[in-house]
Amino acid sequence: MEAQSLPAALALVAGGGAGLSPERRAALGASLPLVQRDYRFERVWFWGCIQGLRGAYYIAEGLGPDRAAPRSRLYSFNCLDWSLLTPATEEMLALAEQLKGHFQGDPSFEYSLAEINAEAAARLVQSGKEPVIKEEDRLVATIEQIDRAVGIVPRGAFVKTPLGSVHENRYFEGLSLVEAKKLRSYFHFTEPANLKNKTLLEKADLDPSTDFLDSLEHDIPRGSWSIQLEKGGNVVVLRSLLWLGLTFYHVPMTKQFGYVYFGTGEKNLDLPFML
Amino acid sequence: MDRSPESDPAEEPQSAYPQDAREVGHGPYQPHEPGYGLDQPGYSPYEDEIPDPQTRMLAIKNAKAYLLKTSTKSGLNLYDHFANILTKILDEQPANTVDIIENISQDVKRAQFRKKMDTLRDEHVIPPTVEAAEKYKALFVKEGGEDEQEELEEEMGQPSLPNVMETAFYFEQAGIGLSRDESYYIFLALKNLINVQPIQTCRFWGKILGLEMNYIIAEVQLREEEEEEEETEEEGEEIIAEEQNEMDEAEEDEQKEKEPEPPKSTYKPPPDIPKEANGTGTNKYVYFVCNEPGKPWVKLPPVTPAQIVCARQIKKFFTGHLDAPVVSFPPFPGNEANYLRAQIARISAGTHVSPTGFYQFPVDEEEEADTYEENLEFEPPPVAEMVESLATWAHHVKEILKQGRCVWIKPAQKSEENEEDEEEEEEEEQEEERGQALLTLISEDEGIKNIPAWTVQASTDLIPEYAVAILQSNRWPGAYAFASGRKFENIYFGWGHKYNQENHTPALPPPAEAEFPSDPGITERADPTVEEEMAFKAAQEEALAEAEEEENEEVEDD
Repeated sequence: MEAQSLPAALALVAGGGAGLSPERRAALGASLPLVQRDYRFERVWFWGCIQGLRGAYYIAEGLGPDRAAPRSRLYSFNCLDWSLLTPATEEMLALAEQLKGHFQGDPSFEYSLAEINAEAAARLVQSGKEPVIKEEDRLVATIEQIDRAVGIVPRGAFVKTPLGSVHENRYFEGLSLVEAKKLRSYFHFTEPANLKNKTLLEKADLDPSTDFLDSLEHDIPRGSWSIQLEKGGNVVVLRSLLWLGLTFYHVPMTKQFGYVYFGTGEKNLDLPFML
Repeated sequence: MDRSPESDPAEEPQSAYPQDAREVGHGPYQPHEPGYGLDQPGYSPYEDEIPDPQTRMLAIKNAKAYLLKTSTKSGLNLYDHFANILTKILDEQPANTVDIIENISQDVKRAQFRKKMDTLRDEHVIPPTVEAAEKYKALFVKEGGEDEQEELEEEMGQPSLPNVMETAFYFEQAGIGLSRDESYYIFLALKNLINVQPIQTCRFWGKILGLEMNYIIAEVQLREEEEEEEETEEEGEEIIAEEQNEMDEAEEDEQKEKEPEPPKSTYKPPPDIPKEANGTGTNKYVYFVCNEPGKPWVKLPPVTPAQIVCARQIKKFFTGHLDAPVVSFPPFPGNEANYLRAQIARISAGTHVSPTGFYQFPVDEEEEADTYEENLEFEPPPVAEMVESLATWAHHVKEILKQGRCVWIKPAQKSEENEEDEEEEEEEEQEEERGQALLTLISEDEGIKNIPAWTVQASTDLIPEYAVAILQSNRWPGAYAFASGRKFENIYFGWGHKYNQENHTPALPPPAEAEFPSDPGITERADPTVEEEMAFKAAQEEALAEAEEEENEEVEDD
């Protein structure tokens, strides 16, 4: 969620019971503008909080002029001092998927790969590195996975210019109440994977400036999103069932939207049994 | 002027044209020079200087006529459209207009299609937000009748309405809880519940999220008269059910006589374990749920041990509809209301804690008592101590045994056949299950692999004198407890499932029965040989002959 709209947004996602204490909110209000100044970001998003055993990681993302470019991620323990995280690589993602269990709360903690996956450990040893994964890498990989899998925006909120860069659509006035209840009106805010697989009929209806991302309609498994109208129908809240803890809110007919993650950073692999 | 690159800039620029050298600064005189001919009448950039307007006016009229041409498709014309766009832009004066000019044009076009005066009017659609707002407003109605209030106060010694806002404040210090608006709506909804139902004590238990709707849950102890009425009702229902079963069996027996039936299975289901009485064990509290504050509260049925045992083996999301079926294996005996009640019972048993010493066993009774009472002389330890060690917290809800009850009971035996005798011996060999005693410290809770069962922290490091001790359960993610001085409270916000580090493996179906039980109708026998048949026939004839002789003898005797 946008750093500027943080107070209002936190009230809208509080339906799940997770939120921030007044101390953290005040700290964020003070430190995020400084982060924006120091790193010269155009936009700063408060991504959320991953709960570890001994501490919680608070994550913020910074965006540049092209909103679809890879985002810089920062973490903090107290919402005041932010440290930059390294960008995620495919290798990190593959290794981090093997890990299970809670985060420890210490970024230098090392997970021993040998116990989990002997082949990967052997490969690492051969390439001259130790067969461990640091918690920092796991954190980066988890955030990247969550963003890719369930980071969503409403349709029409972003436009793609002919030059390829993506901007906020200044003319976006919000989804109507009818549209807001459909999964079709929300897009994954990452590289699209399924755009070319649509039928010609579907493609004819699309507007290439706003429909350049994958919609949620064809997510697997089906039913992995829970859409609810809260506050008497004033807010539409989408909760992901694949990554429990990710909450997306949008107030229909206004420009307010955003998503935040409050959880333990573990994928819900039991989802097919639970539906 | 710029065609001689070797010219020295200091010198006067030499031009290739001698005429230019004569009159420096005068306009272009050659046709190829830019600006040539613009001083002719009708071609100057300053049109108001030129006296002859006719050709220009004609050009303007032509252009305007072209712009006023009505489109064959939409009935609009470009002239009016541009006028509207410019009016809108000048009225609103957005920034960077040139970037969004196309969008503005589209919007103006869309606005054309809305007819302002029409004999048909749109039906006034009441959006759902308005209905919900009405419900919320109804919550704020103050109950009428001062006389009623006085009577109620006389009957009840203590106010039974919990201070939800105070609890919400303490949890907010840790970042847990709903928005203030929602907490207040829940507060009012609980007040309504207390007015409607005969309630002795009431507590906001928490919120369980569902796919389509969520559940807000209140933990309640009803006043005793009401509970007896419910029990008699339930007994009545059981009797009726038994009678119906007997009727059905009679009908089945009649049918049995007509057709030979396939052999029955020898599977004997495990004996039904009776549920605990209302007011004890897992059914100590009664739970009311509603989907949203403002909607009517629904009472959840009491939980049976079979439901708890099954709930331990399945993991399903709640949909938000209490009558939705729970499709799972092993098949859950009940619908979503029963599943919800079972999960609430498990969560309460696993995560309801209080500071050690707040509750104590009544002095008169034995050690393993079921009841506890508040210790009036309890001195709360400082928050720092509560954060440091888990021994300062204790469970105050009895643990649920594997059987599904809090108190072990021997399953009842029905008939006295030999097989049953063997089973009786086996059951006696089973040890009586003993769970942890009532007020055990939570430091004795087992963790999951290398994760401790509880995480405790202070709400703030910066201001320790006003910090609150916050306890988070790792076994049931979403269960929290806080303690600050004498005040403490438990709450749950989550999806209602236990944490399992390994993936959930559903129970496999039991193996199919290998063989039919041997029955004379099924077992294979060798067909009798011819000699055996002859021998049998001879034996039968002898028997007949003997019988006839006996009859003849009897007849003779008479």
